[in-house]
Amino acid sequence: MSPTSAPSKDRAGGAAPDSRKAVRGRVARRHPFARFLVRRIITALLLALGITLVTFILTNLVPGDPAAANLGQRAIGDPAIVAQWRADHGLDKPLPQQYLVHLSGVLHGDFGQSQQSHRPVADDLAEFVPATLELAGAAILISLVLGVGFGVVAALRRDRLADHILRVTSLFGISVPTFWLALVAFYVFFYRLQITPGSGRIDPGMTPPPHATGLYTVDAALAGQWDVFASAAGHLVTPALVLALYTIGLLTRFTRSAVLEVLGQDYVRAARAKGLPGRVILFRYVLRPALVPVITVAGLAFGSLLSGTVLVEAIFAWPGVGQYAYKSATSLDLPAVMGVGLVVGVVYLVINLIVDVLYGVIDPRVRLS
Amino acid sequence: MSERHETAAGNGVLAIEGLTVAIGGKEILRGVDLTLEPGRVHGLAGESGSGKTMTGLAVLGLLPHGARVSGRIALAGRDLLSLPPKQLNAVRGAEVAMVFQDPATSLHPMLTVGRQLTEHMRHHLRLSRGEARERAIDLMRKVRIPGPEEAIGRYPHQFSGGMRQRIAIAVALACAPKVLIADEPTTALDVTVQAGILRLLRGLCDDLGLAVLLVTHDLGVMSAVADEVSVMKDGLMVETGPRGQVLVEPRHAYTRALLESLPENAGNAAAATAGAEPSEGEPA
Repeated sequence: MSPTSAPSKDRAGGAAPDSRKAVRGRVARRHPFARFLVRRIITALLLALGITLVTFILTNLVPGDPAAANLGQRAIGDPAIVAQWRADHGLDKPLPQQYLVHLSGVLHGDFGQSQQSHRPVADDLAEFVPATLELAGAAILISLVLGVGFGVVAALRRDRLADHILRVTSLFGISVPTFWLALVAFYVFFYRLQITPGSGRIDPGMTPPPHATGLYTVDAALAGQWDVFASAAGHLVTPALVLALYTIGLLTRFTRSAVLEVLGQDYVRAARAKGLPGRVILFRYVLRPALVPVITVAGLAFGSLLSGTVLVEAIFAWPGVGQYAYKSATSLDLPAVMGVGLVVGVVYLVINLIVDVLYGVIDPRVRLS
Repeated sequence: MSERHETAAGNGVLAIEGLTVAIGGKEILRGVDLTLEPGRVHGLAGESGSGKTMTGLAVLGLLPHGARVSGRIALAGRDLLSLPPKQLNAVRGAEVAMVFQDPATSLHPMLTVGRQLTEHMRHHLRLSRGEARERAIDLMRKVRIPGPEEAIGRYPHQFSGGMRQRIAIAVALACAPKVLIADEPTTALDVTVQAGILRLLRGLCDDLGLAVLLVTHDLGVMSAVADEVSVMKDGLMVETGPRGQVLVEPRHAYTRALLESLPENAGNAAAATAGAEPSEGEPA
C-alpha cells in the first residue's frame, strides 16, 4: 500500500501516524540533495581553512627576508631598525602564534597591511579581484558557449568538413601559448587594424561606473550607463577571447567525444524509437548526459584560466589581481601574497562547489546515492 | 510480388516484403518477408548476425548510418520505407513501438520514470501534463509495478532489472501502438524474471490486440509465447509457420540444427508447451 493513499482510508482514527509516515517519505525523497549540499559546503569550509594554513606555511618557507626586501640598503645594516620593523609586522613571534593572529584577522576581513602599497591588503584585493573575476568570468562564459557549441557540431558532423575545421581550430587553441597570442592580438587588432580598444578596463576619458559589484560591465548595466557598458565590454572582449582560446579548444575536444559516446547509448536509440522530436533528443537525451564530463573539465580549466590571467593582464594592462600577485611576490610582500593565495584558493573552492552541485542537478544518481 | 502484397495487407497490420539491407556493401538482409497480425505474437529466431535485430530496426527506420534499404514495409496502407522523416517520426512510438534488450541501458538514467512514460504521450497524443500522468500511472499498474503513484517519481536505477523491463514495456505501450517490436526482451534478465516478462507480453498482446514481433535467439522463449515462428539465417527467412509446425516438425535443416543445439532444460520447456520432443526427434 502506498503511503499517499493510506491516510484517506481511515481519516478518523489512525490518520496521524499514517500521514506522518507520508511526510517522512516525502522528506526522505527530497532530503538527499540537501544533505549532499551540506556535506559539500562543510568540506569546502574545511578546505578553506586548510588553504589559509598552507598559504601561510609556504609563504614563510620562502627563502628571503621580507625585512631585507622592504627596508632600504642603509636601514638593513642597523639591527635595531630591522628588529623594530619585524616587531611592527608581528614577525618576531613564533610561527604558530603568527598563524593564529593571521587567521583571526582573516576571519574579521583583515588581511594585514601591504608593505608595497601601504594600504590594507583587503582594500587592494577589493580593487583588483573584481577586475580579474570579470576577465576570467567572461573568458569561461565564452569558452563554455563556444566550446560546447563547437563540440556538439563536431560530433554531429563527424568526419565531415565542419569536424575537420573544428579539429584544426581546437588544436591551434590548445597549443598556442597565451602570452604570444595576447601580443599578436594586441598588435593586429589594436595597433594595425584599430578595431579594438587599447589597454585598460575602459576608455581613458571615462569615469568608472558607480561601485556595486566591481565588475564594470555589470555595474554600468545596473546604473543604466550604456556608453560606459559599451566601452567596458569592448575593452573586455579581446583579452577574454585570448584567455578563452585554450579552454575553447579543450572543451571542443571533450564535448565532441562526450557527445559521440552518448550518441551510441541505447537510450538515445530508444528515444528515437519513441518518435521524439530531434531537438528534444539532442538536449534531453544527448547533451544532458554529455555535460557531466564537460563540466568536470570546465571546472579544472578555470584554474589554468586564472593563472593565464597573470600574463594577459600584463599585456593588456588590465589592473587585476594577477599583476598585484606578481608585484607582491617579487617584493616578498607576505600579507599581500597570502591574501592573493587565499582569494584564489577560495575562488577555486567555489568553482568546485558549483561543479559538484551541477553534478547533482544533472545526474540524480549522484544526489540520491 | 504484387499479389502477395494484396494478401499480406488483407490480414496483417504490418507487412514486410522483400526487405533488403546493405551496410558498407555487405548484404545484411537479403529479401525478408514477414507479416504481423493483431493479437498474435510472431517469433523471429536465428543465431546472432542472422539479421533478426536489423529487421526490427528497419521497421522503425533506425538502421545505422549509411545503410541502404529496399523492399516494402507496409503499415496501414503506407510504406514506411518511403515515408518522409517527419511522418516516420509520427509513426515511431505512436503506431509502432519497440522494447530493447537491456533495460539497464535503454532507459535514460537521469530522467524519472514518469517523464519517460509521458514525454512521447504528450508529444504524439497532445495530452496535458495531468492526463499524461494519469495514463502513466495506469500503465504502471498494467505492467504490475507496485505503488505506481510513487514509482513514477523515481529513477530507473531505483528499480530491479525485471521491473525496469516492465517499465520499458509500459513506455512502449504508452501511445497505444498497434505493433510492438520486442528485441530480445528477456535476454538480459534473470531466468526467474524472464517468465514474468513473457507472460506480461503475451497478456498484453491478447488484451490489447497488439501485433508483437518477438526477436529472440532463445527457442525456449519462442515456444512459450509465439503463435507463429520464423527462422532466419544469413539475412534470409528459411522457415515460417505456426509454432507447432516449425518447432515440432521443422522442414528446414537449419531449424533442425537450431533445435538440436538447445540445452537439455530449454528443450524440455519447448517440449512441454509444444507437446512433443523436438530435439530427440532428430538424432544427430
